[in-house]
Amino acid sequence: MIQPTLPEDRRPPLTPQLAVRVTILGGFALTMFAIIFFRLWFLQVLSGNQYVADAKQNRTRNVLVAPARGEIVDMNGTALVKSRQAIAVQITPTDLPVSVRNPTISQLDHPPSADRALYNRLAGVLGIKTTRQPCKVVGDVNKKPVTYNLSLPQIACDVAQAVFQLPYADATIATDVKPDILYYLKERHLHFTGVSEPQVYLTSYPDGPLAAQVLGTVGPITSVETKEAEFTGLPENAVVGQTGLEAFYDQYLRGTYGADEVEVDAQGNLIQELPEKAPVAGNTLKTSLDVKLEQVGQTSLAQSLSANSPPGSGAAFVAMDPQNGQIYGMGSLPSYNPNIFTKPIPQSVYDSLTSATSGDPLNNRAIDGLYPTGSTFKVITATAALESGVWGIDDTYDDSGQYCFAQGGLCLHNAGHVANGTLNLVNAIRVSDDVFFYNLGAKLNVDPQTHPLGGPLQQWARLFGIGQQTDIDLPYAASGNLPDPAWRASRNKLEQQCDDATGQFRGKPKHPPGGCGIADGTNRPWTVGDNVNLAVGQGDVLVTPLQLAIVYAAIANGGTIVRPHIGLQVENSIGDKVLQNIDPPPARHINIDPAYLDAIREGLREAASASGGTSADVMGNFPMPVYGKTGTAQTFPNGVEEDQAWYACFVPATATSKPIVVVVTVEKGGFGDVGAAPVARQILSQWFYGKPGVYTAGNSQTL
Amino acid sequence: MSPRTHIQPASPAASEIRPRAIFLFDPLLVLAAIGLVACSLVTLHGTFGSSLSDRQAAYAGLGAIIAVVLAGIDYSRLREFRYGIYVVMIASILAVFAVGRATLGATRSIPFPFISVQPSELAKVLLVISLAAFIVDRSRRLHERQTTARVMLLALAPALLVIAEPDLGTGLVFVAIAVSMLFVAGTSWKQLAGLAALGLASLAVVLVAAPALGMHVLSPYQTQRLEAFLHPSTNPSSPAFQTGESIIAIGSGEKTGTGTANATQGRLGFLPEANDDFIFAVVGESYGFAGAALVLALYALLIWRALRILTMAKNLYGALIAGGILGMLMFEVFVNVGVAIGIMPTTGVPLPLMSYGGSSVLTTFTALGLLQSIHIQARIASAGKGRALLS
Repeated sequence: MIQPTLPEDRRPPLTPQLAVRVTILGGFALTMFAIIFFRLWFLQVLSGNQYVADAKQNRTRNVLVAPARGEIVDMNGTALVKSRQAIAVQITPTDLPVSVRNPTISQLDHPPSADRALYNRLAGVLGIKTTRQPCKVVGDVNKKPVTYNLSLPQIACDVAQAVFQLPYADATIATDVKPDILYYLKERHLHFTGVSEPQVYLTSYPDGPLAAQVLGTVGPITSVETKEAEFTGLPENAVVGQTGLEAFYDQYLRGTYGADEVEVDAQGNLIQELPEKAPVAGNTLKTSLDVKLEQVGQTSLAQSLSANSPPGSGAAFVAMDPQNGQIYGMGSLPSYNPNIFTKPIPQSVYDSLTSATSGDPLNNRAIDGLYPTGSTFKVITATAALESGVWGIDDTYDDSGQYCFAQGGLCLHNAGHVANGTLNLVNAIRVSDDVFFYNLGAKLNVDPQTHPLGGPLQQWARLFGIGQQTDIDLPYAASGNLPDPAWRASRNKLEQQCDDATGQFRGKPKHPPGGCGIADGTNRPWTVGDNVNLAVGQGDVLVTPLQLAIVYAAIANGGTIVRPHIGLQVENSIGDKVLQNIDPPPARHINIDPAYLDAIREGLREAASASGGTSADVMGNFPMPVYGKTGTAQTFPNGVEEDQAWYACFVPATATSKPIVVVVTVEKGGFGDVGAAPVARQILSQWFYGKPGVYTAGNSQTL
Repeated sequence: MSPRTHIQPASPAASEIRPRAIFLFDPLLVLAAIGLVACSLVTLHGTFGSSLSDRQAAYAGLGAIIAVVLAGIDYSRLREFRYGIYVVMIASILAVFAVGRATLGATRSIPFPFISVQPSELAKVLLVISLAAFIVDRSRRLHERQTTARVMLLALAPALLVIAEPDLGTGLVFVAIAVSMLFVAGTSWKQLAGLAALGLASLAVVLVAAPALGMHVLSPYQTQRLEAFLHPSTNPSSPAFQTGESIIAIGSGEKTGTGTANATQGRLGFLPEANDDFIFAVVGESYGFAGAALVLALYALLIWRALRILTMAKNLYGALIAGGILGMLMFEVFVNVGVAIGIMPTTGVPLPLMSYGGSSVLTTFTALGLLQSIHIQARIASAGKGRALLS
């Protein structure tokens, strides 16, 4: 019955060959399934947690919410720096129509047309000019700092600067825009992709230039700062303190960023808001500053500058509690209005603030102005002479009007070539007799070969803090210079290297004409003249007004070298709870014989009050006992003599419940009694009586 | 000995059974198909809403009707139409170039009033039917090199056309179909090894030699995908990112899944082509390891049944059709899932019955219908011979 079939249609029996091949196919399928199962097991069961986190990170965007920055207040709670809410306009370069990501400088110089169109639209809304202007772009290329000078419209420039400085940072185009601009941009956000309008806090300075350098500025975090430990965890567009107290106390003032977490889809559209983490406002910094004292100090300093100094000169004052180093007032002129730094600042404005002709208003001359002190140094010389035994309290010296060196025949004179006759130490301080102190300087000199760090004069100056850091709670404080034989030798060595073009001068031309100006001549050894100069605060000694205030505080308080500080307390943001007291212990106590201290104080008291005293005509009728010393530092820049006025004084704790030490210096201000002492009197008057008196200049012409 | 004998009822006994022949289908294969369609509908409905799942259900219904009709026909009759089928297949692919609609940079489908058809999908089954017939024609000369070459050329013609659309994935499916059919037909190991060597050589030419000479055989997107597989990145527009998102989706499903409501990767659009090429990732995210394992188990069942039917087939033609369909299904499942879990470079291949899309669903159902036909005919034949049932 079975019909024959065609060979090709015959049912193929399950040949051994087909069986093998089917087995191979089945085995292959089985292997693939096994691989897939193990991979799934690995992905979903073993490392599922990680992918849950990745998926969460995918769909959530952390919109950081900036905290209010802490305020800085004076000793009475008056706000010196405030923080206020505002709306900023920012561009996120990576979210632009044509994303800007790790661009080259030429890409920044020629933005894609879609981005350019957006910049122009935004400029129209914000009223920003679209014409090209010079645009300085600073950043790192291969870890080396580079600067490019481009020509771009304002917004393109802002973006270029932000991207080049920090690759993923937002560029702030405007701060403090009006709400209607916010609504306009929000309603048309599709036309402004990459533009955001975050809420920011702006610092404001109610008193403008008052104590500007002390309070300091805030600014966008820099690429260098983002790598520092104290700034970890901050967003790349964070605003942090850059100078002054704002920088020093930044970690207290900056607060904690909040997070507004939102769920977004793949295109970044908002799906829903997730529970937010509220920002924590920064703490309030209470300082020991007295805003009225600041005002009086700065006003009278400006008065002295305009009366005595050529334009472009600077001046500074420090008022401090001699017992504990709390700073009551500190000012530096010329000043500037720090409010301009709260907004993106044009390069031209910044350049003008840092140029030489503007008198460097950003510098705080009270802590980084380095000058010879003139005769105010004599208290240190007196201490060294008495303590080392080269001079006694009752020893007298006959001032014939000049001091002549034992060798060489060179003679030095008092100012105006006066001769003050027979003087003891107290008399010499009263009239600020230079010849008397030249003599002490010579007596205090030691063999430079055996004493490379100098003799008793250098030793005591060092103890008083000359040439040392003051540890004040401000950044960029200078430590100055105290000349001694070792210093002289190091300068000579540098001068020699410069002349030979070796060491750090390798590659520079040899034998530059006129020398290098590092030392006065090559290989001039330490001489007695150096010590004589130092004894009256002239020559190579460099001191900041704050350092001098510490010296006079030590004379007033009996030898305690205080640690100056402006911060008093860290309070919570409302200011009703003290979180931390700032009360640094004194740096050291130096043991000075009370009898010697009394003698020096007597000299200072007489100088400010007795007939013939150098500042008696300014301070003589002041109701409180003032101990003061004038100084006139003679410098010879470009061969022309310039006199810098100094005045250092104190009213000690034995005479008042609110002792104070005041140091004033005025560049090119002439004699100390003329340029500086009147300012000090105004400050004292404000301190003790709540109002400045009539500004009266003295006329004592002593150095 | 008339040449038409093979399409006549094999025996009186067989013709007696015929009216109820449809009940000789393979129930496990039906179970696998229903299970996969159900998984697809649940996933699509949960993640993308009813508009997508309703359409997919309609496609599946239409596909089921086609499968039932095909199951009732003796597939052996199709052998006659081998030339016509091959020509229709080539013509339909060419039609895409003439009137095709471009999506995502590639022209792959022809728009009709209610549905746009991707001829390259249906072409897979048409190729299986016609190629199996051509191999049967030369069954006595299988060991000749010429046979292998002709079969490969017949498959490469549509494959290259599809790759030019460009649709590399589907083109490779054609190659996989041809190779698996040759494998099942019994082509010698030597020739198979030669094919593998040729394949590797052409890959080397495409990837290394030609670009070095300035010729770019691969389109930029293909090169990009390969590069992406080799060097993963975080750029959202890069294929590596797609695979990365797919892995995140699958991984975040953990053991039992996030549920469709919380499946943010698929729902919020982080997963590209989530309803299509990356639907396995959606399953993995929403239903976790359990869901993914269930889907894989259903595919394992499907492939096991296809293998079983391959061994049962009453004639070589049936075995070859089953082998071609097996090659198609295995390639699609392993490549699609492999891409989703990041062990293969991104290639656009649908996941049979799971991926949303009419052409793909109808094609798979057509293939399943053919498998059932082979099963039924085998049962009829064995019954007619009075032999014990094979399954």
